[in-house]
Amino acid sequence: MRGVALKRFALPAVLITLAFLFPLLDDGLGLGLMFPIIVIAVYVMLALGLNIVIGFAGLLDLGFVAFYALGAYVMGWLASSHFNQVSFSFLSTAQSLSGGARPGIHISFWIVLLVAGAFTALCGVLIGAPTLRLRGDYLAIVTLGFGEIIPRFFQNGDNLGGFNLTNGTVGIKSIDSPGIPFLPESLSSWQRFGTLDLNPWYYTILVLVLITIFVNIRLRDSRLGRAWVSVREDETAAAAMGINPVTTKLWAYALGAVFGGIAGAFYGAFIKSIFPTSFSFNISILILCMVILGGMGNIYGVILGAIALQGINFYLLPQINGWVHAIGDALGSPLLSGADIPKYNFFIFGIILVLMMLLRPEGIIPNRQRQEELHDDSTGGDALGGTARA
Amino acid sequence: MPEPNGGARAANGAGVTNILEARGITKTFGGLVAVNSVDFDIPERAIVSLIGPNGAGKTTFFNMVSGLYIPTSGRFVLTGRDITRMKPHERAQMGLGRTFQNIRLFGTMSAVDNVLAGMHVRLKGSILGSILGTPGVSREEKEARERAHALLGFVGLRGRQTFAKNLPYGDQRRLEIARALASDPKLLLLDEPTAGMNPQETARLTELIGRLREERGLSVLLIEHEMRVVMSISDRVTVLDHGEKISEGTPTEVRQDERVIEAYLGTARTG
Repeated sequence: MRGVALKRFALPAVLITLAFLFPLLDDGLGLGLMFPIIVIAVYVMLALGLNIVIGFAGLLDLGFVAFYALGAYVMGWLASSHFNQVSFSFLSTAQSLSGGARPGIHISFWIVLLVAGAFTALCGVLIGAPTLRLRGDYLAIVTLGFGEIIPRFFQNGDNLGGFNLTNGTVGIKSIDSPGIPFLPESLSSWQRFGTLDLNPWYYTILVLVLITIFVNIRLRDSRLGRAWVSVREDETAAAAMGINPVTTKLWAYALGAVFGGIAGAFYGAFIKSIFPTSFSFNISILILCMVILGGMGNIYGVILGAIALQGINFYLLPQINGWVHAIGDALGSPLLSGADIPKYNFFIFGIILVLMMLLRPEGIIPNRQRQEELHDDSTGGDALGGTARA
Repeated sequence: MPEPNGGARAANGAGVTNILEARGITKTFGGLVAVNSVDFDIPERAIVSLIGPNGAGKTTFFNMVSGLYIPTSGRFVLTGRDITRMKPHERAQMGLGRTFQNIRLFGTMSAVDNVLAGMHVRLKGSILGSILGTPGVSREEKEARERAHALLGFVGLRGRQTFAKNLPYGDQRRLEIARALASDPKLLLLDEPTAGMNPQETARLTELIGRLREERGLSVLLIEHEMRVVMSISDRVTVLDHGEKISEGTPTEVRQDERVIEAYLGTARTG
């Protein structure tokens, strides 16, 4: 029993403490990891959102990037000078420094985060509704379509009957930074998040990720969580038990989309400029791989999957070039020192994915239920500490 | 909308009310008439069996009662309300529970979670309440868990922590009944509950079906091939053949009906 208590409380407590202390470590050792870590955290949030749709409810969604993009564009619309026809400010810290009224809509980052979550939830329902009758492969194809439509819409949305909604391929630039007004001068980096001190960004996304994890756990163990699994397992039987498959699935789309949207909104403010090309199809696949490689349905597995994949993709691969060149210089090999490794990034990434899938098909930390599905007659009963099977 | 209570609330001759009334139920698939103009009543607290040779339309009829198929014509009235056009989950909410001929448990959920999933419609916990862990939701979950364990005890399953699909066959059938009971049905539909069971398991399940009525006041509609089960616990038996109702009555009456014997054994027709 002590082992269980340790696993349930001590380990998460240690990890959360470490996460909160990480900026000190980064600063002390001069690691310079803050930027990649923040981006990785955004992907952790995205993966946890998709985990609700795929891992819990079993709906294969190949267009999750749509919600990420929608969230980012909501931030772009409501917290930048994009709509320069109007001038509207609400609790925004961005405008207080510039003096005078600025063109565009400038609403507080914190409010826009909530608005983005609500808006993408609505979009999740709208996108989910036509797919409700579809299962498996067919569902995947339709969601794939939606994942393609949304970035295209942003790309071509610069002249909707004369109205410039998305600014086309140029994208939305100079998105406002968040900030917390009314803070003392000693906390100036928190009054308006800057690009030099990334700590406020880090702690903001850390809290968002922790909230996401908490909500995921609570949902998994709730009445709705059971309904999701039962619809995933057998929709007909679930309906015969009085579970409405339509609303159950729509809630999965909506709640998954909330986290995708909030992650997108944060990312938009963090990265400052958003373009339709930032939200291409391969991001959907990347998030999908995080969920599957991490262990579909297992919250901690999905977090690890996101950290591992985005760590490789965003941090490790760009470094390889330097390493190979260094090795080439040391060995005096012009072939290695002149190699253009970034050209092969996707190749290397693909090989890593294939290896991971071959080594651990059920994911880094498998979901007990999914493991059971993959290994039909394996250790499932023991994993639950149950009695021997007859 | 006027209450389409037909005769559901009106006592029939014996002063018993009907929990389910089917009138003129017909189902055609393309040119094939699977069920043809069948009238059917299930009185309260009765165990009614539907029998017939393979392909007689039993399962089609059953699936129309539970809402998987919509009848081509005719109507169903459950506890005084017309349910003909209702979706399966709406019927379940109204008090219709069922099991499946090929067991359809939620395989990778534990036995208790299967029962809790069955309890879904009787629980009220909202999504926000679940996320925040409000006292109301916590209390409801705790009580639900206790009730689920009690239901598992009632059907003779106890302390099983393993995944549903790892349970022995007979236990899976019992778990399916427990899951159906979790939604507090007034009428329970059992589709060949003893299929594939040995004589001892069959006897124990027959006894369990009897207790559903005695202890929980349920009405039961049973599809069953095992004649010993049908004849021993049914109050009424309806026989279908080629989609038509050919006989109806007490087990004794049906057993002696020549049309039933003919349907089951066949006769040498001349002409």
